[in-house]
Amino acid sequence: MGPRLKLFLPLILFAMLAITLFQGLSLDPTEMPSALIDRPLPAFNLPRLGQPGSLSEQDVEGQVSLLNVWATWCVACRVEHPYLRQLSDQGVRLIGLNYKDNDADAERWLEELGNPYQFNIADNEGTLGLDLGVYGAPETYLVDGVGVIRYRHVGVVDERVWKTILEPLYQELTVEDKTQ
Amino acid sequence: MKSIALPLAALLMLVAGPGLALIETYNFSDPTLEVRYQNLTEELRCPKCQNQNIADSNAPIAQDLRRLLHQQLEEGATNDEILDHMVARYGEFVRYRPSFGGASVLLWLAPALLLLAAVGVLVITLRSKSTSTAVGIASLSAEEQAQLKSLVNKAEQDS
Repeated sequence: MGPRLKLFLPLILFAMLAITLFQGLSLDPTEMPSALIDRPLPAFNLPRLGQPGSLSEQDVEGQVSLLNVWATWCVACRVEHPYLRQLSDQGVRLIGLNYKDNDADAERWLEELGNPYQFNIADNEGTLGLDLGVYGAPETYLVDGVGVIRYRHVGVVDERVWKTILEPLYQELTVEDKTQ
Repeated sequence: MKSIALPLAALLMLVAGPGLALIETYNFSDPTLEVRYQNLTEELRCPKCQNQNIADSNAPIAQDLRRLLHQQLEEGATNDEILDHMVARYGEFVRYRPSFGGASVLLWLAPALLLLAAVGVLVITLRSKSTSTAVGIASLSAEEQAQLKSLVNKAEQDS
């Protein structure tokens, strides 16, 4: 390396550092991929919210679904609720996981705000949440027709998240499901 | 001694009060389990609050993990079994000391690699320096040597 080129070394190092740090700005450190991607839903046996009877992982299987983790104490869940109703109106199968909540509060919530879910799993103790690796509501799991988790989104599902991330995967899985 | 005893006690109460309020206590059937519980809560990372271990965090998820940990310890699970159980749900992220393998290889080897690189740079710099000075002296012609000597002599006379 010539002596002249050596003079540019600090500039080159600075540029490399600047690029690395600049990319870091757009990364979200709280975003973690689920440890359960491409694994089947954990086995569970929990009561059905608002109705008698119990639910297991087999009730989720059969169709591509969104498993939405929500609770009445979760402020962001109230934010995403209207959009979930839109998705449900479009024919997307939504299943609710009422996480560490009180049944009476949860039922009142669904009465007041509408119910986009085909059914709700009442996970009062958070045991299924723990098996799923839930660390904060709302979380939304994309589950395929045979009950395998394909994607997890942490945070509010809105139009941007649905259009850019979830919908393409959902369509792909639905096609896959029909050809099988 | 007596004069500081009272303020000290007051201070301790201030410190201990909120601490007790935040972290629930568990009873263990065996004191060794309690020691393992302390060690594991310090090694497991809170998934929600990222820069805290579950011993320090009062997030609901950390409480759940502590309850699960207590339950598993009482059931006789080994440390490895417990860590595997946690990693299966929350990923390697949940451990402050991730196991060697996969994406964490770079993390484990980085200090050694950086140290090696630093030593390499140091050796190269020192070598190039010593050779260049040796060449510098040798490359002076006899005339230049004489000039250098006279300059040095002149400087010594001046001082």
